[in-house]
Amino acid sequence: MEKIAFQKIYTKITRVTKATCTLHAKDVGYEEMAVVGDRLAQVVKIIGDEVTLQVFKGTEGIPTNSEVVFLSRPPMLTVGDELAGRFFNAYGQPIDGGPEIGGEERPIGGPSVNPVKREQPSQLIATGIAGIDLNNTLVTGQKIPFFADPDQPYNQVMAMVALRAEVDKIILGGMGLTHDDYLFYKQVFDNAGALDRIISFVNTTEDPPVERLLVPDMALAAAEYFAADKNEKVLVLLTDMTLYADALSIVSNRMDQIPSKDSMPGSLYSDLAKIYEKAVQFPAGGSITIIAVTTLSGGDITHAIPDNTGYITEGQLFLRRDTDIGKVIVDPFRSLSRLKQLVIGTQTRADHPQVMNTAIRLYADAANARTKLENGFDLTEYDQRTMQFAREYSSTLLAIDINIQITEMLNTAWELFRKYFRREELGIKQELVDKYF
Amino acid sequence: MNFQLNTQSMREGNVTMGKVAGIVANLVHIEVDGPVHQNEICYIHLGSIRLMAEVIKVQDQFTYAQVFESTRGLRVGAHVEFTGHMLEVTLGPGILSKNYDGLQNDLDRMEAIFLQRGEYTYPLNEDVLWQFTPLAVPGQTVTGGDWLGEVTENWMKHRIMVPFTMTDTYTVKQMVAAGTYRIHDLIATLEDRSGRLSQVTMVQKWPVKIPIRAFREKIRPFRVLETGVRCIDTLNPITEGGTGFIPGPFGCGKTVLQHALSRQAEADMVIVAACGERANEVVEIFKEFPELTDARTGRKLKERTTIIANTSNMPVAAREASVYTAMTIAEYYRCMGHKILLLADSTSRWAQALREMSNRMEELPGPDAFPMDLPAIISNFYARAGYVILNNGITGSITFIGTVSPAGGNLKEPVTESTKKVARSFYALSQQRADSKRYPAIDPIDSYSKYLEYPEVKKYFDENISEEWLDQVTRLKDLLIRGKEAYEQINILGDDGVPMDYHIRYWKSEVIDFIILQQDAFDKVDASTPIERQKYLMEKILNICSMEFTFENFEEVNPYFKRLINVLKQMNYSEFRSDAFNGFEKELDIILSERLN
Ligand SMILES: Nc1ncnc2c1ncn2[C@@H]1O[C@H](COP(=O)(O)OP(=O)(O)OP(=O)(O)O)[C@@H](O)[C@H]1O
Ligand SMILES: [Mg+2]
Repeated sequence: MEKIAFQKIYTKITRVTKATCTLHAKDVGYEEMAVVGDRLAQVVKIIGDEVTLQVFKGTEGIPTNSEVVFLSRPPMLTVGDELAGRFFNAYGQPIDGGPEIGGEERPIGGPSVNPVKREQPSQLIATGIAGIDLNNTLVTGQKIPFFADPDQPYNQVMAMVALRAEVDKIILGGMGLTHDDYLFYKQVFDNAGALDRIISFVNTTEDPPVERLLVPDMALAAAEYFAADKNEKVLVLLTDMTLYADALSIVSNRMDQIPSKDSMPGSLYSDLAKIYEKAVQFPAGGSITIIAVTTLSGGDITHAIPDNTGYITEGQLFLRRDTDIGKVIVDPFRSLSRLKQLVIGTQTRADHPQVMNTAIRLYADAANARTKLENGFDLTEYDQRTMQFAREYSSTLLAIDINIQITEMLNTAWELFRKYFRREELGIKQELVDKYF
Repeated sequence: MNFQLNTQSMREGNVTMGKVAGIVANLVHIEVDGPVHQNEICYIHLGSIRLMAEVIKVQDQFTYAQVFESTRGLRVGAHVEFTGHMLEVTLGPGILSKNYDGLQNDLDRMEAIFLQRGEYTYPLNEDVLWQFTPLAVPGQTVTGGDWLGEVTENWMKHRIMVPFTMTDTYTVKQMVAAGTYRIHDLIATLEDRSGRLSQVTMVQKWPVKIPIRAFREKIRPFRVLETGVRCIDTLNPITEGGTGFIPGPFGCGKTVLQHALSRQAEADMVIVAACGERANEVVEIFKEFPELTDARTGRKLKERTTIIANTSNMPVAAREASVYTAMTIAEYYRCMGHKILLLADSTSRWAQALREMSNRMEELPGPDAFPMDLPAIISNFYARAGYVILNNGITGSITFIGTVSPAGGNLKEPVTESTKKVARSFYALSQQRADSKRYPAIDPIDSYSKYLEYPEVKKYFDENISEEWLDQVTRLKDLLIRGKEAYEQINILGDDGVPMDYHIRYWKSEVIDFIILQQDAFDKVDASTPIERQKYLMEKILNICSMEFTFENFEEVNPYFKRLINVLKQMNYSEFRSDAFNGFEKELDIILSERLN
């Protein structure tokens, strides 16, 4: 691999765990890359001359006399316009049979943007999906995950969102992607004729899990090149961040760190924040928007991974199957876009905020009515109306297969209000009711 | 006190040096050649830059330091220089309106878009000329914290004080005449009892982990701090110099609520510590505060605000420092006789930073792997807030409100529990309320304010709002509880399984919920309600709740109250006593008369 002449070669590993190995070595930099035999590794701990390396491919079969060479550099990515349209592995090496990338090498996982140099996110990203555009409007520079159980079609929805969003580059960071899903993305992008604006860094289930740890930083280093250097609008897709966090816990547990909740490392919040906070709107016009996937187990959002994610991201999109209409919807209760305030009612029609909130409140009334029904009670006339409303709202607005403009979404909502409610049942500002009811 | 506060240096003469002996993330092991102090600051050389670090443990031959930056590329053997100082802030005119990081670096002075490692910028402007007016005269006896003079910062009086480190008594030997001076210019010469002279400028330094105690006494808070947020002011008020905390699961509105407080609360100065949270939320303040006006003074909000931004992607150790930096700045301004509101979002991130370090040092973990002394750390921090009487009899206050982000939204966790023991008002955000968009999602029944029990506060209400106020608050809370009970009964027994009265009781509590509790933080009018309007609402709503309505059957109850709520809401959206408001009020009276006997 990347061995350079005249470098000192060490051949005595003193300790091996599943993800790390330790040896005596001098003059080694923290987070420096190394090669153990033919596997890439990174320095994660130095005590005196005892250096611990995290071996990305795992340590299976590593002999204690493997050749170890230090590369005197942190993990890097070669950046340049040639990245566009290409597929890479977690190390930034091409896996599509194409040529090596020429250009400037940059360290990944670089420093953060000075907060005073950030611009306030301000451009709406339209996806056509009302569960998103109407209730949880996205903005460039935002970071937001899909929360979904593994059986939800999150990769499909994410690909659809990516292709509909008007962005210059789409960067896919695949972690523990099944080979089928990897091919799915490739095919969807290809069919859309969008391959030339897509860059992919992929770690599949066939690859070693620890390698995944490099994927977000690789994807974001590429994103920073296009957004900061080229002032482009970049959308980064990270799927699946739960598998990323699992890899983190593998490494930290191997390093004997005290796990905190759900056997995750105590630094999980900071580790995830370092990735998600790369989402930014630059003053010169470029932006990085991150849409991620965090798979849940049995819808449990209190698990440490979704929980920490929720505390970091600017909202979340919760996918759920609505058994009433037999479709997947963006759940209006658990979903949220915190940046929607910046655009709704100003870049969209003035009634947007109130229409959105009212519809959700009525939907909540329907949920209460349903509980009543399940408990064997009679429904009032109002309860019945809300339940009818909820069903229609779900199928005409919440379902993910809806693809309409925002104004049309608002008109649809008013139509439903008119159909099922009286104006004073809405609690919407008078002037808006007068205009749209 | 067994530590030296003299910021010249904790050690005269000898400079301690060291060499890096080990690196685990941002924890560095150092071998030293001389004495070091716990919490001493040192600089670690890495190529041409120096990384700032703080000593956090000394054990056997190693000194352990937490580095305030990424340690990427650092090697064993790197040179370390100890400063003889703890982590300090620089205090002087010009702090107001600044945007700092957790170590008080001036973020606006950094050129690059990306933060550069090892770049530290001076927190004050050294060239600005300040119009100085002396307040002390030669011959006067003074001590640390006493006012020597003042300058005008934005619109506030910024007192130039005897440095807090000078805890003895001194005689003013010389005072400069009124005129314009730079911060480092000589302002006064003081003489101590043994005749030694000290020269005082407008700048002083103070170690952030140590409270500034340059005041005569701390008294119990007695004045309500008006925030314009109804479910705080009306239901569970915070006091000037009081403490409060806002725990809540993610997305329930902690930050929106704190931002509302930072815009609306009646304080002279607001310090916002963004501690390990999102950068975009701070950007919102950066962009909006220079535009928004403070309704009370007519000045831009930016003029009374200082921001300490240590967002989640900035170094973890500096995150811990950020809350102390903010508190120390607050204490400095309190000593000038000002009313400070300090907001920290989120104190859980600070606790997590402590946990990360304690983990790396392989300390014995306490509950949830937090350090054992977490409760003590939190309680000492909250204790720094308060209402004080300065040596000159003038008063100053720090009101502190922190958010807490409990893991999994479960309040049975160390940070929430430790905070609950010390903070006197508690604003619990409820997931259920947030889910149904009932904002602000403060749970009216679980939340409390211990200040309501203070006789001093009762007296304040009697004199400033009305003698009935406290009783009205209690009635309002009772109505909410009774409404909740009725709702539970309806759910158990069914709509037609309960007496009509239950429906009415429930809907009356809904009126309180929709009209007093819920408040649209993004609506121009509704966002902030002055206390006299809150008083109006209280009377209006209690009056409605005491009315006897008659209905034929329960199906009529819901639509009727919906109409009531709708009109009342329109009133909330209208300027108080405007034509529109008065129109809705008439409409309300008509609706009310329909159902009264
Ligand atoms: N008073 C309010 N009025 C209207 N909307 C609100 C209000 N409070 C909160 N929200 C909505 O809830 C969202 C989340 O609020 P906020 O960011 O304050 O949550 P948080 O508790 O700080 O979450 P986190 O712990 O993740 O930081 C906001 O973006 C907004 O959409
Ligand atoms: Mg928040």
